[in-house]
Amino acid sequence: MIDFLNALVLFANFVLIPGLAYGSQLALGALGITLLYGILRFGNFAHGDTMAFGTMTVVLITWYFQSIGISFGPLPTALLALPFGIAITAVFLVVWDKLVYKHYREVKAPPIRMVMASVGVMFAMNGIVRFIIGPNDQNFMDGERFILKARAFKNATGLNEGLAIKSSQLLTVVIAIVLVSALFWFLNKTRTGKSMRAFSDNEDLALLSGISPQRVVLVTWILVGALATVAGVLYGLDKSFKPFTYFQLLLPMFAAAIVGGVGHPVGAILGGFVVAFSEVMVTYAYKKFLTYLVPADYAPDGLMQLLSTDYKFAVSFIILVVVLLVRPTGLLRGKVI
Amino acid sequence: MKKLLLASTILAGLTGAAFADGHEVKMGVILGFTGPIESLTPDMAAAAELAMKETAGKVLDGKTVVAVRADSTCTDAAAATAAAERLITAEGVVGIMGADCSGVTTAIANNVGVPNGVTMVSPSATSPALTTIEDKGFFFRTAPSDARQGQVLADVLKDKGITKVAVTYTNNDYGKGLAEAFGAAFKANGGEIAISAAHEDGKADYSAEVGALSAAGAEHLAVFGYVDQGGKGIIQTSLDTGAFDKFILADGMIGESLIKAIGKDLEGTIGTLPGSESAGAAKFKEVATAGGLAKNDGPFMPESYDAAALMILAMQAAKSTDRAAIQSKMMDVANAPGEKILPGELAKALEILKSGGQVDYEGASNVTMTEVGEAAGSYKELVVKDGKFATVKVR
Repeated sequence: MIDFLNALVLFANFVLIPGLAYGSQLALGALGITLLYGILRFGNFAHGDTMAFGTMTVVLITWYFQSIGISFGPLPTALLALPFGIAITAVFLVVWDKLVYKHYREVKAPPIRMVMASVGVMFAMNGIVRFIIGPNDQNFMDGERFILKARAFKNATGLNEGLAIKSSQLLTVVIAIVLVSALFWFLNKTRTGKSMRAFSDNEDLALLSGISPQRVVLVTWILVGALATVAGVLYGLDKSFKPFTYFQLLLPMFAAAIVGGVGHPVGAILGGFVVAFSEVMVTYAYKKFLTYLVPADYAPDGLMQLLSTDYKFAVSFIILVVVLLVRPTGLLRGKVI
Repeated sequence: MKKLLLASTILAGLTGAAFADGHEVKMGVILGFTGPIESLTPDMAAAAELAMKETAGKVLDGKTVVAVRADSTCTDAAAATAAAERLITAEGVVGIMGADCSGVTTAIANNVGVPNGVTMVSPSATSPALTTIEDKGFFFRTAPSDARQGQVLADVLKDKGITKVAVTYTNNDYGKGLAEAFGAAFKANGGEIAISAAHEDGKADYSAEVGALSAAGAEHLAVFGYVDQGGKGIIQTSLDTGAFDKFILADGMIGESLIKAIGKDLEGTIGTLPGSESAGAAKFKEVATAGGLAKNDGPFMPESYDAAALMILAMQAAKSTDRAAIQSKMMDVANAPGEKILPGELAKALEILKSGGQVDYEGASNVTMTEVGEAAGSYKELVVKDGKFATVKVR
């Protein structure tokens, strides 16, 4: 029985909890991509760098708060800076829309041209972020780091294995739930939300029934800015902020959006968790876990690891390719890219 | 820094003009002035040039050795090879101090240095693979091979009674070479490597790596990475998840910034770092300060000074600036017998050689060359105590 509990705690500590936090971060990122695809009809390659930009503004504001002595008690100061970061990022995105995407909408350019334009925007944002904050790691987590420490858990329960829960992990899950609920309420219950869904379903019909396209576009960018900034800040608090890793997040986020069914908000969340748990579970070494569960004679000698952790990114690629081949609409029947 | 650069440029210009009548001998200084270790190389080059300044006008019949700098980039083998080619064919250098990183050093030695018969002395390339390259005796290094560090680390663990470790290394020539050397030495000492896994630098999240490392069931984790890179992330994540709390560090991980970042959980961590607490190391600091260098104890600065000094002494011992003649005398001046020479005593060494005597260059890093022409190497065994790396003993 003790062995079983040990195995369970081990699994929770190295797979379940990190997977939940990472999955929530990916889900928020994928939601932004899917929303933009559903409403403005293009895959936004600049999304990872939008996250980097949003996080950068929050980091800078957090530093400013810290320098004038504002703190948020046991919670990270970055949460106080978050609303300001979202506002700045939303304005930043709207400016990019006016400069670049508006033109392509007006000439009714095919989606692929919008996608290519977003690649250009991605590189520009990339440069802006590096120019302002530099390419290095920035740590902006403050406040209480742990809710439960591994050693404290071991002492309290007497088990061999420890269970650690970082406050950033709990924050990530809680904020993700709140934000996603708010988003669904907005899309389903408010007038603006409904008009956005109408616009997504059938643009011409929506225009005929008097929905203002400018307004829909504006609100979409604000939502995307908020989702990207929150996702980026949560990822940065949990791990660390480095512009290049945010750019790399683009792949798992796209994979998540496509797996779930692009243009489909529930699918994006589902996809986020599918990708996150696949990455963690495929690269985890189960030797210790199995040693607890099976009789001593059958304990494995090898590491029982399916893929070396070097191939973590390959997992997103494989999922992406398999889904596009087998079920291009995604798990929840979204649009076909 | 700018002023220093300007001053040294002017100085170089002046000496160039003063000795343009055949009294100057060119030596290449090829280091990664751009690239991943660009923060270290200016001080390394300055240390090498300090040895040249010290012997100005005193080599052979009143000659001065002057440096010609070139960029090895640390990572780009093609660019480094081209730069070395220029030094040898266009500038006509008699020897090369460099290169710095193991990969480019191997490329230069194989493609340019050895084929042209030019002596190379690297101050910082530590890959074990360089021990066995086909160098025809032209490649030397004042930095010890990581094979030696692996052995030292294994011995430290043996003394402490640690018999099972997990190993993680940064995925490049340095990390891989060290992990292999350590693994072989540790097994020979009767230890068991539970897992040896690479990690990539520059990632935000190392929980998957740490999960795999901890699953192998060792209590100690040996980290062969970089202090401001993945190595730090691995240690942080290990402590966060409770996977490991006992660490073993190699030279790339030794830095006060690690203790600053991790805090008191690092207490009791053990590690090794090349270096000694010899008289030469202390003397070098004095000489560097007196010589007006910006720093007097940066990484690989003593080795750089020694690399240049060795070639100058070999030149004097050979009584010639011929490339092959210099090579033939390198081992003689580096090892016993002869009078021991410390930093700042190069002029004295030149006098001894001129009068037909012998020298045993100790220098700043306690130089003794093995028969393949690399420093035997002494290492400091360190332990983290009261928030600092404290030296336990020198091995």
